Amino acid sequence: MSRLLGKGLFFVGLLLVWHILAIAEIWPVWVFPGPLDVADSILSGCMDGSFVEGAGRSLGRIALGYGISLVIGLPLGLAVGRMRLLGDTVGTLSLGLQSLPSVCWLPLGLLWFGLNESAIMFVVVMGAIFSIILSTADGVRNTTPLYLKAGKTLGAHGLFLYTRVVLPAALPAIVSGMKLGWTFAWRSLMAGELLYVSGGLGQLLSMGRELNDMPRVMAVMLVIIMIGLTIDRLVFARLETRLRERWGLAGSGR
Amino acid sequence: MNFALRGVSKSFSSRRGRVSALSGVDLEVQDGEFLCILGPSGCGKSSLLNIMAGLDREYQGQALANGKLIAGPSAERLLLFQEPALFPWMNIAENVAFGLAARGLPRCERKPVVDRYLAMVHLEAFAHAHPHELSGGMRQRAALARALAVDPDLLLMDEPFAALDAQTRDMLHGELQEVWTTTGKTIVFVTHNVREALILGDRVLLMSARPGKIKKEFVFDLPRPRHFEDPGIAEAARVVLADLKAEVERARDEEVARVSASR
Repeated sequence: MSRLLGKGLFFVGLLLVWHILAIAEIWPVWVFPGPLDVADSILSGCMDGSFVEGAGRSLGRIALGYGISLVIGLPLGLAVGRMRLLGDTVGTLSLGLQSLPSVCWLPLGLLWFGLNESAIMFVVVMGAIFSIILSTADGVRNTTPLYLKAGKTLGAHGLFLYTRVVLPAALPAIVSGMKLGWTFAWRSLMAGELLYVSGGLGQLLSMGRELNDMPRVMAVMLVIIMIGLTIDRLVFARLETRLRERWGLAGSGR
Repeated sequence: MNFALRGVSKSFSSRRGRVSALSGVDLEVQDGEFLCILGPSGCGKSSLLNIMAGLDREYQGQALANGKLIAGPSAERLLLFQEPALFPWMNIAENVAFGLAARGLPRCERKPVVDRYLAMVHLEAFAHAHPHELSGGMRQRAALARALAVDPDLLLMDEPFAALDAQTRDMLHGELQEVWTTTGKTIVFVTHNVREALILGDRVLLMSARPGKIKKEFVFDLPRPRHFEDPGIAEAARVVLADLKAEVERARDEEVARVSASR
């Protein structure tokens, strides 16, 4: 309870400082808007539908791009974790490519796919897929040896052992990978949308800059944070907590 | 069913070079007996069980089941670990059914078996609980039920009660004797606890400190069910303890010698 209070006070204080700095007019409004200007901008953006439409566009893209990453990344990760040859090749490659910020793929994407949806999709997939592959492979590879031994001594082998023991044992690691993948996908999408006319939240951001409309820029930033946070908290954090509880890992963290 | 080890040796490499864990172990397990293997920690007791279970095949010598070399893990020779090793993603009933499912038994035929063994370890009420909701002793009982459900010819137990508190352990000693009497399973039970070995086993094999080998065999004919505080157990423990103490001291001296040699 007191932690919640502390959190609340911190953010109220932050808003207050921001507001005071803004009304002191140290910087002109179009450089440093106050919280009220930004709130106003969020409201009007929602009323005129531009935010809703932009967010819808972006969410549609992320659903598709992240979906593709999962469809390719999960099976590939399972295979990489299972087969040494794939681990040495695809695994090492993924490790290398993961260190490349995904927006660096954009020039290549534009060349290959042209100025269209596919180029953005390409960047999103490239941003998310490697962390999904790597975490999944790690999870499968590092199955607690005790569970494996227990499964084997109970007579399980082959596919049965894999689907009933190896996969569920790896599930917490796989979900962590999916969460990481989601974060990367969202960032990649925003970076991609910023760079050319695309109709998503990223484009609203660059439009705000071109119109010198700082309240709108900040408003869009807040919307992006909100969406990212909501999905992270509502989907992944819940899933992780449930898994940790069920897997008997709760309390061992933190 | 008949199980035997013939001249089984095992060594592994560590930072200080090759360590010999087992050296020339010969033993015979009679059908239906409760055999306890007693030894100081680090004498290779667990290695022995892993070899018999077929989980470890990097050893010299022969491990035989019915005269045939043991080629790999099988539900006929089931190993129970110090930890219950229940699968946390399944409830207790699903855990107990695991071995049956692995064997391909249809779902409807698993249920009566699961119910029977859950009842045997008094966990009927917890069929739908998850492992993390159970106490340590209950988890170990569930693991026992899971093992019994596949009806193995040989039950190998690797200090399964070592991590439990004394009261729980006492209770489980009682339950395990009961299970053994009713099912007539062949059990090989490994422990470093003299009284535990004497309460459970008909025959007790004393292992020497590293490299482990069978040093002595004790056979006590004590009435069952046996309890921790039985005078007969205490008497027998005194006899065994004298031998075990020598081994523990030898293990300690060797450890000291090794540490000082490496300095």
